[in-house]
Amino acid sequence: MTGRFAGSAAVAALAALVLAGCASAGAGGTTPSAVPTEADTEPTTLTVFAAASLTEAFDEVAEQFEAEHPSVEVTLSYGGSAALAQQVVEGAPVDVFASAAEPPMQTVVDAGLASDPGVFATNTLELVVPAGNPAGVTGLDDLADAGLRIALCDASVPCGAASVKLLEQEGLVAAPDTLESDVKAVLTKVSLGEVDAALVYRTDVIAAGDEVEGIEVPGAASVVNRYPIAALTEAGDPDAAAEFVAFVTGDAGRAVLAEAGFGKP
Amino acid sequence: MAAPVSDRPGIGRGPRRARGAQRGSSVAGRLAWPVAVVAGIALAVLVLPLAALVVRAPWGDLTELLARESVLQALVLSFTTATVATACCLVLGVPLAALLARAADWPTLPRRALRAAVTVPLVLPPVVGGIALLMLLGRRGPIGQLLEESFGVTVPFTTGAVVIAQVFVSLPFLTFAVEGALRSADRRTELAAATLGASRWQVFRHVTLPLVAPGVAAGAVLCFTRALGEFGATITFAGSLPGVTRTLPIASYLAMQSDPDEAIALALLLLAVSVIVLLGLRDRWLPEVRA
Repeated sequence: MTGRFAGSAAVAALAALVLAGCASAGAGGTTPSAVPTEADTEPTTLTVFAAASLTEAFDEVAEQFEAEHPSVEVTLSYGGSAALAQQVVEGAPVDVFASAAEPPMQTVVDAGLASDPGVFATNTLELVVPAGNPAGVTGLDDLADAGLRIALCDASVPCGAASVKLLEQEGLVAAPDTLESDVKAVLTKVSLGEVDAALVYRTDVIAAGDEVEGIEVPGAASVVNRYPIAALTEAGDPDAAAEFVAFVTGDAGRAVLAEAGFGKP
Repeated sequence: MAAPVSDRPGIGRGPRRARGAQRGSSVAGRLAWPVAVVAGIALAVLVLPLAALVVRAPWGDLTELLARESVLQALVLSFTTATVATACCLVLGVPLAALLARAADWPTLPRRALRAAVTVPLVLPPVVGGIALLMLLGRRGPIGQLLEESFGVTVPFTTGAVVIAQVFVSLPFLTFAVEGALRSADRRTELAAATLGASRWQVFRHVTLPLVAPGVAAGAVLCFTRALGEFGATITFAGSLPGVTRTLPIASYLAMQSDPDEAIALALLLLAVSVIVLLGLRDRWLPEVRA
């Protein structure tokens, strides 16, 4: 009987441990490692939520930042800005948020989780087609062609809101076949050749390399997305979060962003 | 009509349940406390999130939210595609189940290969299924290319693609439910019919099928609910366009980014449908899911 009881108690203890583990993994974003590598510096994990269009640029920025700050490990999560903002509001353990437009950042500011976001980059849209342009797309007008396969961002995310604005400005009614929830999902559909044309940021066209071709659109220059960044008020390590924001808006960050094709704020 | 429909764990009921019931009466009285505690925690893990969904639902605005054009569109699309997908699964799954049941007499290797082929989509993350479908039926996939060149038809981003994605993920559910019923069915009636001169087709149509009808129905219900909830394969393979490919789960996911109240209303709708389907069928085919 004792053996069986011990066994059951062990099971209960294990379950409690597992649950505690689940809970702490969910609650603590910037958990410093339990074992410091040096006597005075504990490695810090900095969690950054960034718009999907920042993927390549922020990968590079984070690498440079980590090289300068060996005690900080940057964890990046990319996605549609609107979805990321919602996750922040719902309590995701995040230290820094970088959005592809101001409305998602405003959601976070309104929830009292960030203050004084600063714009650090700008971006404009470009028409993108698969390599070789199989459908012979020439301009924005082709987006209205129901015979072509067209992908756009959903209007709830910044690239979609910008697309709606650009199409309205040019007096076009697009005939999309799919409305994706972030710009990289749109880009993938193009590089796979599943759609004939799409609207993405010019930085995405650069990032995609030879798989796609960009077609510059007259009028796109007047629809500019401004990218704000902010350290969150509930950041686990406010100093590291502020340093990361300063790094992105500083010379090093600006150089990487310019390389990726982003405009100055 | 409460005949056992399956002997496969987790999919239907059958001999396992009968044994459990006998043992249950003698053991239930002395469940060790740690087991009871953990069971309670487990139950909370399953029930609390759904309870929170119900509690936080915007009840006051629910009618307005559910009457929105975007919601109704997604609702109609979801029910239509899930119904068509279930019909396709019935047509495809019953013969496949018959093959699986018959494969019991096969040599080990082909028997296991066949079973694995049907099981893999069941355990696969649906998004992987979506990518795989895109690789096959996408414009640059072997079949997709053929279809476009020969008929000018492209499959992705169409309502048909939604149905295909739903069939891919829900077909194994129906197949295993029916296979279980077939294996536990009394073979002697079939033999008797055959002895009396019925052809193989006649035996299948007039003896076997009626015999496993409860299994088929249970499988169809599971299949329908699985198809209705399909998300990963659909968004990957069929995309997301209101009225064409944006089903209830996708609409709910997208609404969560811009209008959480609408997302919660949609989630509540999906929950209600699942509960109603299970309650409606509890006594007939799925006795173990009594409310």
